[in-house]
Amino acid sequence: MMDALGTFLDGAVRTATPLAFAALGETVVERAGIINIGLEGSIICGALGGLIASAAHGTGFAFVMAGLSGTAVALLFAIFVTLLRSNQIITGTAISLFSLGLTGTLYRQMYGPAGAALTISTMHSSPLPFLSRIPLFGQAFFSQPPITYLLYGIVPAIWWWLYRTHAGLALRAVGENPEAAITAGISGRRVQFGAILFGGFMGGLAGGTLVIAQAGTFAEGMSAGRGFIAIAIVVLGRWRPVAVAFAALLFGGANALQYLFQAMGWSVPYQIFLALPYVLTLCGLAGIAGRVHAPASLGKWVETS
Amino acid sequence: MPDPVSILPAALDLQVISKRFGSVEALSQVSLQVRSGSVHALLGENGAGKTTLMRIAFGMIRPDAGTIRINGVQKKLRAPADAIAAGIGMVHQHFMLAQAMTVAENVVLGGWGKYSVRAAADTVRKLGEKTGLLLDPFAKVSSLPVAAQQRLEIIKALAHKARILILDEPTAVLAPAEARDLLLQIRTLAANGTSVVLITHKLRDAQQVADDVSVLRHGKLILTGAMVDQTEASLVTAMLGTRAELITSGDQGAPATGTPIMSLQNVGVVQRNGVRRLQGIDFEVRGGEIVGVAALEGGATHLLRILAGRYKPTEGVARIPSRVGFIPEDRVRDALVAGFSLYENVALLEGGRRNGRMPWSRIKDETAALLTSFDVRAADINVPAQNLSGGNQQKLVLARELDNNPPALVAENPTRGLDIQSAAAIHQRLRNARENGCAIVFYSSDIEELVSLADRVVVVREGRVRPVAKDADAIGAALLGTSSSQTGFAE
Amino acid sequence: MSGLALLALISDMLVRATPLIFTGLAVAVAFQAGVLNIGAEGQFLVGAAMATTVSLQLGPALGFTVIPIALLAGSAAGALWAWIAAELRSRFHVLEVISTIMLNFVAVYLISFLVRGPLQEPSHVYPQTSSIISSARLPLILPETRLHIGFLIAVAAGVTGWWLLRNTAGGFRLRLTGANPSAAFSAGLIDTERTARNAFLISGALAGLAGSVEVHGVTFALYENLSPGYGYTAIAVALLAGLNPLGVIITGILFGALETGASALQRDAGIPATLVSVIEALIILAVLAAEPLRARGLLRRDVTSVVQAAEPG
Repeated sequence: MMDALGTFLDGAVRTATPLAFAALGETVVERAGIINIGLEGSIICGALGGLIASAAHGTGFAFVMAGLSGTAVALLFAIFVTLLRSNQIITGTAISLFSLGLTGTLYRQMYGPAGAALTISTMHSSPLPFLSRIPLFGQAFFSQPPITYLLYGIVPAIWWWLYRTHAGLALRAVGENPEAAITAGISGRRVQFGAILFGGFMGGLAGGTLVIAQAGTFAEGMSAGRGFIAIAIVVLGRWRPVAVAFAALLFGGANALQYLFQAMGWSVPYQIFLALPYVLTLCGLAGIAGRVHAPASLGKWVETS
Repeated sequence: MPDPVSILPAALDLQVISKRFGSVEALSQVSLQVRSGSVHALLGENGAGKTTLMRIAFGMIRPDAGTIRINGVQKKLRAPADAIAAGIGMVHQHFMLAQAMTVAENVVLGGWGKYSVRAAADTVRKLGEKTGLLLDPFAKVSSLPVAAQQRLEIIKALAHKARILILDEPTAVLAPAEARDLLLQIRTLAANGTSVVLITHKLRDAQQVADDVSVLRHGKLILTGAMVDQTEASLVTAMLGTRAELITSGDQGAPATGTPIMSLQNVGVVQRNGVRRLQGIDFEVRGGEIVGVAALEGGATHLLRILAGRYKPTEGVARIPSRVGFIPEDRVRDALVAGFSLYENVALLEGGRRNGRMPWSRIKDETAALLTSFDVRAADINVPAQNLSGGNQQKLVLARELDNNPPALVAENPTRGLDIQSAAAIHQRLRNARENGCAIVFYSSDIEELVSLADRVVVVREGRVRPVAKDADAIGAALLGTSSSQTGFAE
Repeated sequence: MSGLALLALISDMLVRATPLIFTGLAVAVAFQAGVLNIGAEGQFLVGAAMATTVSLQLGPALGFTVIPIALLAGSAAGALWAWIAAELRSRFHVLEVISTIMLNFVAVYLISFLVRGPLQEPSHVYPQTSSIISSARLPLILPETRLHIGFLIAVAAGVTGWWLLRNTAGGFRLRLTGANPSAAFSAGLIDTERTARNAFLISGALAGLAGSVEVHGVTFALYENLSPGYGYTAIAVALLAGLNPLGVIITGILFGALETGASALQRDAGIPATLVSVIEALIILAVLAAEPLRARGLLRRDVTSVVQAAEPG
């Protein structure tokens, strides 16, 4: 029983890690008033970028490249949305489709559809010396690949940046009332541009985690809608970094339920577990409707210069 | 105290400022000086150009001509950031606050580096003590009453080291007691050396608090000088002008009889955020009369929409015919679909009402006829509505709404932005509709228009509707909140 | 190229174009009403599943009426799938972009469950259903080719859609709701919420019909990966056609040609067919970059999912 619970929690954290990266990045973006549906594109590009870089140079470098791949895609989105003032939703959808198609094409070109897929040795778990001995939680939270520990550090860092620096204050103001920000001398366009790039980097890290720390290989469309789920997680976490991280963990848990069920010997069609995150997203979004305060200018067309 | 002898340069010196928006001349060679440490009232009616002038001073708008000097140094203001750096702060009519953030956060917005909650709170507290504008630094803006939000706007400006503070209609949103407090605080600020520009249409407030006064009318400076040299009469005359020639002399028309077509009983509106907009409205409009509504900016919006059947009152009973023509102020947003053709725009209501085929060829014929009879200048009925000039768009909307003789019609500033001929044509149309028994209600920010077109006039003030004599001075005075034995309307 | 080979090529193109035209219409209708239905993919699958079930279970009993009944059932299923998102949108202010994408994924797993479970073919070896009986299969337009009447149905749907949008009050209301909901309400007294919802359901029905036709005209059975992303390609098809239903027929055929060509390229030259997705997405971006005004007009209402309706004035 304990074993099953332990596996379940471990699975929950594993699943949650890439979701949390993507969701935290998107939190910053949405706090600046932009909704980036192209996040999915950053994730899948990060996945491929991370894989290729890892084969070339090793994991640390690979993660950086994964992040930068995600940023590159986000740059395209940023140009369309902050400079050309294109519709955020359609642009984001197009960018996701573009990235999915591009990564699929590139991967096949480079490694062939039937040929040996590129595999890398995945990043091993590094149990933290003292903490990993804690029963149950130790195995789940402190026996993870180092990238997860980076995540643990990023959560408070983002929190601090958003609430304890003037830059974070300015970003939140742009998302709340761009006019107030402009009359305080802030350049809304620049803030949004930077936020989008940051979100892209985080999305790339999410993709990198999928490949480098988990799957060890690339598969077309392996992002599997995580970008969209991340957006739902941002809403569920009410655009607050710590709550968003916990919401990601909740999703991870839902996904990891299948292990628990397996261990318990309860047989349920496995498709239910696959569909669960998406159904959860729908229920979650419906459940909190009207009781949540989104950044006031989220998604709107506003003159920010 | 403002320096009595102008040896020192003025805190704010505007010279020959001009600004044109499209075909409208918003400001025409306006020059005024704000003495250091003085309270300077900027008076004028709606649309006189007061806000435009001060937005130029705050760097939000670039003037077409003229110069700005701050403490004697000429400045080029490209954005509010430049104005803030030069020591100017502005509190706008519509607050520019991040509602979900705290007082302290709003105050220090625009700073650099690390943000210390404690330091920000201290700033708020210190400024509060100095000026008497007390605020809880940790309160969320959305939880603050309007008067407190306004204090926050002032503190914000002061925190950015404003030496010149511009207040745009600050007492418009305040209750009388709060307004009194604010005026006292303004005097304190001036005493501490801040120069204050008070944009207002409220004569009384200006008289109470200002050292100097300037009056704008239709974008021109009418007078400027010390307040002590002016009387209420001289200011009212400056603001409203002498009895201008009416566009066309309107006939009184026969007094309306018959059952009311639109009737409101004890109607009130309380918005979702708790703000009350209207209360205890008893109002009737009969067929064959034109009622003019005078109100301050935005004051008549809810009343008009209730009369047009587009908005439901939260209290009381509104009896409105099922078909009321409506000409909203923002025609491009609310009355027309910019990208659709003229004939499609004419068909809007028909599209909403019928089922089955759209009789396009009949609609096209009708549209062509309307274009001719209402003198709408357009290449043909197929051009998109956005191609038309503002005046022609307005004529089109009017044509559509008057088509098929609706029992009632509501219009919001129907001739705003139009040239004299177009305006006169629209007035004639409205009179014709009246002859046909239509009940017409229109709001205009131009008092002369109200007098010339309406059979009777009512004023919306502080959420209530009261009749007023059909006289320009009376209406103006009623809006300004002064009392006069001549107006037949006592405050 | 011999006449026969050319005919085969054209018929392949048109067969490939059929689902694209249907889903393109679905997207165009929704977008014209201001509803961003990205869920044509899921609605397609659900429609296919329902139609297949009807044909398999009731085929023998229904005789020659099985085709219209199955297609109708599939359309209804697609509309139902869209209805979920429509309810979430109107009642809970959930962004339809997110909810429809989520439902796409759920639909995929639903199909997977069905073809590996209750609907699986009798030998339980392959993850697919039995083939539908021949009376349920759509007749061919050109013998010796794969071109079935589904293509004609798609063209008819496009023409009908165009006519309805152009000439009926309901179509006019739909276009107004998408173009300027504020004026639609203020000047036309139109119930924009109801209009948008109806457009959403019609859109779902069209996508469901697409799936039904695909099964009854091409695959004759339900299996995983039935759709190579038709619902997403449909967005490019619709945008490139300027959301005009007649235009969708043309762009649908164009993309059908693109994808057929891509398959051929992959077979013969080894260039991945996924390149087409890239091209399709680039087309969307190009349309966006070239017409910033139109793109802005496509989304007049607030994007935020949890903002309350604005007060007038």
